[in-house]
Amino acid sequence: MGSAISVRNVSKHFTVAHERYPSLKERVIHLGRTQGEDFVALHPMDIEIAEGTTFGLLGHNGSGKSTLLKCIAGILRPTSGEIETRGRVAALLELGAGFQPELTGRENVYLNGAILGMSKRDLARRFDEIVAFAELEQFIDTQVRFYSSGMYVRLGFAIAVSVDPDILLVDEVLAVGDEAFQRKCLERVERFQLEGRTIVVVTHAADLVRRICQAAAVLHHGNLVACGDPGESVQVFREHLRKSESRPKPGEAPAVNDIFRIGTVVLEHPGGRSCSSIEPGGPLSVRVAFDVDAPVDDLVLTIMIHDSEGRMVHGVNTEDAGFRMPTVEGSGEFVFAFAQVPLPDGEYAITLCATSRDGLYIYDWHEQRYRFDVRDPARALASHDFPVRVTLEHETTYDRALQR
Amino acid sequence: MASTSTSRPTRLSTASLGLRERIADIWRSRELLVAFTRTELKVKYKNSVLGFVWSMLNPALYLVVFYVVFQLILGSGIPNFPIFLLSGLLVWNLFSVGLAGATGSVVANAGLVRKVSFSREILPLASIGAALVHFFLQAIVLVIALLVFRYDVAFSYLPLLPVALLALLALAAALGVLLAAVNVKLRDTAHFLELALLGWFWLTPIVYPYEVVAEKLGSSVWIYQLNPVMWVVLSFQRAIYGQVDEPVASASLSGAADTATKILPPGDQWWYLWHLGIVIAASVGVFLIALRFFGRAEGDFAEEL
Repeated sequence: MGSAISVRNVSKHFTVAHERYPSLKERVIHLGRTQGEDFVALHPMDIEIAEGTTFGLLGHNGSGKSTLLKCIAGILRPTSGEIETRGRVAALLELGAGFQPELTGRENVYLNGAILGMSKRDLARRFDEIVAFAELEQFIDTQVRFYSSGMYVRLGFAIAVSVDPDILLVDEVLAVGDEAFQRKCLERVERFQLEGRTIVVVTHAADLVRRICQAAAVLHHGNLVACGDPGESVQVFREHLRKSESRPKPGEAPAVNDIFRIGTVVLEHPGGRSCSSIEPGGPLSVRVAFDVDAPVDDLVLTIMIHDSEGRMVHGVNTEDAGFRMPTVEGSGEFVFAFAQVPLPDGEYAITLCATSRDGLYIYDWHEQRYRFDVRDPARALASHDFPVRVTLEHETTYDRALQR
Repeated sequence: MASTSTSRPTRLSTASLGLRERIADIWRSRELLVAFTRTELKVKYKNSVLGFVWSMLNPALYLVVFYVVFQLILGSGIPNFPIFLLSGLLVWNLFSVGLAGATGSVVANAGLVRKVSFSREILPLASIGAALVHFFLQAIVLVIALLVFRYDVAFSYLPLLPVALLALLALAAALGVLLAAVNVKLRDTAHFLELALLGWFWLTPIVYPYEVVAEKLGSSVWIYQLNPVMWVVLSFQRAIYGQVDEPVASASLSGAADTATKILPPGDQWWYLWHLGIVIAASVGVFLIALRFFGRAEGDFAEEL
C-alpha cells in the first residue's frame, strides 16, 4: 500500500516580531529597523503516512504538531520542501469555522460544503443525511446565530465528514458537544478507520495514541524526534516531556501543571457530614474528587494534617501508603481511610497536594483548606451536659472563677 | 488499489504554487466564487426591510446631490446632466466598492482563512463579484432614467460596454488581489485606500466632462490619460450619454461653432477600443503579478491573522 501523505524535507519558518508594526504609519516610523526574528516552527523533516493507517502526531504545546497538521491540510504552506497528499483531505481543526451567523443552517451547509470543495449537486444529494446526523431537522432554516454551541459544532462536524474524505485530519479540539454526540463522532471516526481511510490525529494524550494509532510521530520544538511504532513513540514523547526545558531541573522550584485538579473534598466519620468533630482515636475518611484533562501516569497524592498552630502533625502520600497508582484519566475519587486518628483534642486542618513522582510538577495544591475537630466526649460532657448551678453565698475566689 | 489511488486527487503543497496551478485552482473554485458572492450579498441585506433597494438608493441620492450642486448652483452647463452623471458614476461605484471590499476581504474572513484550506484568491474576487451584482441593480436606475427622459443612446458605441466592463473587472481584480494580501500585513492599507479612492474619483471625469480638463492640459493631456478607470468611464459615457459636444444655441449668436462646450473626446469606436485594450492588457499583467505576490504571502496568512 502506498503513502497517503508524504512529507518531504518540510520546514516552516515564521517571522516573529518582538514589536510588531502592523500599520503603515508604524512601519514608516520604524523603517530600516529589523522587522523581526526568524522563528523555526518546523525543522526539515520527512514523514510517510501509509494509506489506511491511523497516525498519531504527539507533542506538547508549541512542539509544532499543529503547524505540521496545518501544512498537511494546506492551510499553511511549508517554507521549504513539499507535502504530497493523495486523496480528498478533510481537516477537523475547528468545527463550524466559516459559518455565517446571519445565514440559516441550510444556507451554511451549502456555503461550508462549497468551501470544503463539494459541488452543489453532491451537497443536494447529501443534504438530508447531513441534517439528520447533526440532529437539526427542526432548526435547519433558523439563522445560525441562534444556534447553541452544541448545535453549531454538530452541524460543523456533519458537513466536514460528509465530504467523504480519503484523509481525515483531526485536531484534539474534537472533545466538544454533549456526550452522546461525542460518542457519535467517535463512532464515525472508527467507521472511517474500518473503511481503510487515512486518519491523522494531533494530540498530547499518549494513551489515545497507544489505543487507536498504528503509527505515530513525536515532535519536540519543531524537530521530529520519533516516527514509527506508537508504543515507542509514546515512550520517546514521555521522556522528552520530562527533559523539556519548560520543566524545572531538580532542585529548582517545581512548575505548576494544572492537568490534574482536586475537586470536592469530603471528610467522613461516624459523626456524619453535618458534624465536623471526631473522637480521639476514631476513624476518618477523606474523599478526594478529581478530574484530569490528559492522562497522568506519575501522580502522587499527599495528605498532611496540621494542628491549630499550623504545625504538621502527620503526613502520608500514596507511595508511602503502598498504593499502586495507575494512569489517572477522566475523573474519580481517591479515598484516604484512617482507621483511627490518634490525635488529642483540638482543631486540625488538612492539606492535599497532587504532584508528579519526581516532584518537578505540582498538579494541584490545597493548603490547609479542610478542617475538622477532635473532641473527647468525656470532656465535652464536662462543658455541656454537666449541669451547674451557681449561687452566690459568699464572696470567694472559687465562685468567681466558676462564674467565669 | 492502484487504480483507485490514481483516481484520487493528488495535491502537492510547496512554498509557492506556480502561476498556472494557481489559475487552475481559481478556475476549479468557480462554484465557491459564486457561493461567496451570494453570501456577501445575502449577509448584507439579511435583516433589512428594503434589501436591494438600498443599493439603488445610493446612486439616486448621489444624482440628486450632484444635480443640485453642479447643475443648479454651479451651472456646469452639461445638457442631460443626470444621464451624463449616472453613466460614469455607476461604473465608478463598481470599481470603488469592489476594490474596497476586496482589500478587506482576507482580513474580514480571518476565521475561515485560519482554519480551512481553499483558494484564498476567491475572497477578493467574490467581493468584486458582489459589487458587480450591485452594479447591475444600480443600472436599473439608469435604464429607468433613460426611459423616463426618452433618451437616445449611441447605439453604434454600445458594443464597447462589455469590453469596458471587462477592463474594469480585470483592473479591480488585479488591484484587489494585490491589496488584499498587503492588507494582511499592513492593516492601514484599507484606510489608505479609502482616501486614495476619494482622490481618484475627482481625478476621473465623472461629475465634470473630460474635455474641460483636456483643454486646460493641452499637450500634457497624456498624464491625465494614464488613469485607467477613465477609459472605462469615458466608454460608458460615450455609449450611453453619447453627446460629444453641446450644440449650444448661443453659438449662432457669435457665429463661431467652436464655442460649443466640448464634453467627450471625439474619437471613434476604434479609438475607444484601442485604449480599453491597453487597460485590459495592463490589468492582466498586474493581475499575474498580484497572483504571484498573493501566492507567496498566502502561505502565512493563517499565522498572521
